[in-house]
Amino acid sequence: MTGIFLQAFIYLVAAVIAVPIAKRFGLGSVLGYLIAGVVIGPVVGLVGDETITIQHFAEFGVVMMLFLVGLELEPKMLWAMRNRLMGLGGLQLGLTAAAVMGVALFFDQQWSIALSIGLIFALSSTAIVLQTFNEKGLTKTEGGRNAFSVLLFQDIAVIPMLAFIPLLALPELVAKAQSAAASAAEHHEEMSLVAGLPGWAMGIVITASIAGVVVGGHFLSRPLFRFVASSGLREIFTATALMLVIGIAALMSLVGLSPALGTFLAGVVLANSEFRHELESNIEPFKGLLLGLFFITVGAGINFGILFDDFALIIGLTLGVMLVKALVLLLLSVIFKIKGSGRWLFALSLAQAGEFGFVLLSFTTQNYVLPMEIFQLLSLVVALSMFLTPGLFILYDKVILPRYEHASNDREADEIDEKGTVIIAGVGRFGQVVNRLLTANGVKTVVLDYEASQVENLRQINIKSYFGDATRPDLLHTAGIDGASMLVVSMDNQEATTELVKYVKHTYPQVKVIARAFDRRHFYMLRQAGADYVEKETFHSALEVGSQALRCLGVHPFLVEQQKVKFKRIEDTSSDKLYETWLGGEESQSYDMHFRHLFIQFEETIRAAMDEDHMDRHGLSEREWTPPPKDYLDDFSDESKPTDSEKPV
Amino acid sequence: MEQEKHDGVVNAPKKVLVLFAHPSLRRSEVNAPLFNVADNLDGVTFIDLYAEYPTFHIDIDREQKRLLAHDVVIFQFPLYWYSTPSILKEWQDLVLEYGFAYGTGGTALQGKVFMCAITAGGKEDYYRAEGFNHFNIRELLHPLEQMSNLVGMRYLAPYALFGARTAVEDCRVKKHADGYRQLLTALVDDVLDLDVVAEHETVNAANLGSMMKGASE
Repeated sequence: MTGIFLQAFIYLVAAVIAVPIAKRFGLGSVLGYLIAGVVIGPVVGLVGDETITIQHFAEFGVVMMLFLVGLELEPKMLWAMRNRLMGLGGLQLGLTAAAVMGVALFFDQQWSIALSIGLIFALSSTAIVLQTFNEKGLTKTEGGRNAFSVLLFQDIAVIPMLAFIPLLALPELVAKAQSAAASAAEHHEEMSLVAGLPGWAMGIVITASIAGVVVGGHFLSRPLFRFVASSGLREIFTATALMLVIGIAALMSLVGLSPALGTFLAGVVLANSEFRHELESNIEPFKGLLLGLFFITVGAGINFGILFDDFALIIGLTLGVMLVKALVLLLLSVIFKIKGSGRWLFALSLAQAGEFGFVLLSFTTQNYVLPMEIFQLLSLVVALSMFLTPGLFILYDKVILPRYEHASNDREADEIDEKGTVIIAGVGRFGQVVNRLLTANGVKTVVLDYEASQVENLRQINIKSYFGDATRPDLLHTAGIDGASMLVVSMDNQEATTELVKYVKHTYPQVKVIARAFDRRHFYMLRQAGADYVEKETFHSALEVGSQALRCLGVHPFLVEQQKVKFKRIEDTSSDKLYETWLGGEESQSYDMHFRHLFIQFEETIRAAMDEDHMDRHGLSEREWTPPPKDYLDDFSDESKPTDSEKPV
Repeated sequence: MEQEKHDGVVNAPKKVLVLFAHPSLRRSEVNAPLFNVADNLDGVTFIDLYAEYPTFHIDIDREQKRLLAHDVVIFQFPLYWYSTPSILKEWQDLVLEYGFAYGTGGTALQGKVFMCAITAGGKEDYYRAEGFNHFNIRELLHPLEQMSNLVGMRYLAPYALFGARTAVEDCRVKKHADGYRQLLTALVDDVLDLDVVAEHETVNAANLGSMMKGASE
């Protein structure tokens, strides 16, 4: 137990120190984790043997990442990008594999070895690339979107590869292995539902599992989430989210499929769910930590012994692989007309081998396709290429992007489609009117509410809404607060509303915040919290009812309208002054007296304004049309003097 | 004050206030480009009345202060039923108060210059005694001319574009907008011969050049 604590502590210390430093120097968190790994592993030697075990555990971060990727992808969107996915992704995989295979053949490797090396290096690192895109806000750019479709295709392509690679097994390796470890292999056999089943039954089980994930995700998840949400316990929701991801991963492993792909599928199924944002924000921190752990293990796993023995070869291979990959990607960007800075982002971001490369490497070795020496060599190449990737992003940021920034407006155009999003927190009877007006005018809104039934109701009338507690920073984040232009807060809980306004104005000052106040006191608190605009929830409807009452009493409708406007203006100015007083100190003794005094004073002002003789237009600054005095024609009696300031009125 | 212009002395720049009224700016084909011209000029204050008072509750004090701070007042609007869009009428009703613009003590606007910048749907020959509209544009704008007289402002001929609905198709907008810029700049620099402008029926991009000080001599 102590050992585990110590190990965990070492890993965490390394991350806590290295990542913020790396970020400060603009290197990105991935490089930070990698460096942390190198330091605690090969350099200082604090960790070592357990790295491989931890890596298996950390690979679960990749599984979670794909679940989150799936959540972002509605099936409709996936279908819309099918051409890019197949065309771009398929060509990238095929061409890169062929090119790398060609190089391997040139170095006199057997064709089966060359082919599997080609496949291994055709894959890129989803983890590094997506993480970096997220951090740098590149996800929505042209280059980012294309890179994403390639990554997605690669992740899917891993499955047929896993099925195909055993066919390449080298007879001599198999023979060697069989004699050595024939019995040991039996023990290491993983738990499986499909082991020993005939081909057709295996097919049925696999199909049934996938169908189970899709159908269950579609029909069972909602009642489950609603049931859990009704408990009001946040940690149980987190537990449910984890249960879901781990359960699906386990099921997929049991039937011999990729857990990452299974959770990805589940993510896609749940992408339409109103619980999507809540799920996302629950899984996100686990994913982040596990991925970080994964990168640390990559860093820690670098075998400096082998590296220094074959330094030139390994570095040469690494750079060669990256060059080949980048060239293939550049070629594709020309074919697919990816322009400007997007082309370079696309080519540079994917020019590394990925975590699935590790998986395939160990898989190929286990299946006697690759000999051990090549495995060790290539593991280093994969790790090093991942290690160098943040450098490519820095190259892109510092060298490539500045060249395009003034030359073209590509980037500007990219970002516009995400601008103008309004997040509405709380869509009860109040917020939903706000939402309807906005969406009717083509404003993109993201609606959050913590009342599952409310969200359900809105969904039934086709209003896009998500279940979730808007006061949670992580949920706000996944709802896209940093890209949003406005937040409308119309939640019932007064304290939560104030806290939310305070938090958002503090963390995202560029986001305009419009808040609904419960009453006068809440109104002041929201102003103090920094809301850009506050409205008392019942003021306007009360004003309407009041003026309707006046109309019913026989007052001329236009006069009623004028009085209403006047009333509102005085209320607004008095509200400013009362706010100043309120700010002065709610606790102080004199406050109550003073406030009450001011309030009474304003009530008198309003009454006076309502009674105001229209002729006495200097009485107040609020005015409407006033007729000239009865004797005003006298002014014009003398043609030569249209105005006469001497004459008394 | 008419003597000054012959001295060749450069006068202090004038401040021009453009009060713009168009109830549907997003549909505007001519006034919107003019809007952009006026909005970017030094010495010109551009007020989109419908934007500022979407509920028609005009702030009288603020508008009167604006008037006091400027030397030239321009109403820019599309001609609706031979008159201004309704907010400009509301603006006149409320802002040009007794005691401010006319009547006892109402001298605030005296000596300022007033002008309209209008777009009319009909062709220019519709606005003739013998034409479809029976009156020329200057006659149709008599209420504004008399308003200007009553408050003691100098009334100038309107800067007008006719056949406005087909101006975009006929590629006439740019020339008209350039002329508008020229007109506003001339007003700011005070190089327009106001006597000449006052005599014309309309001002447009073509005849503007002949109205500069010294152009007739």
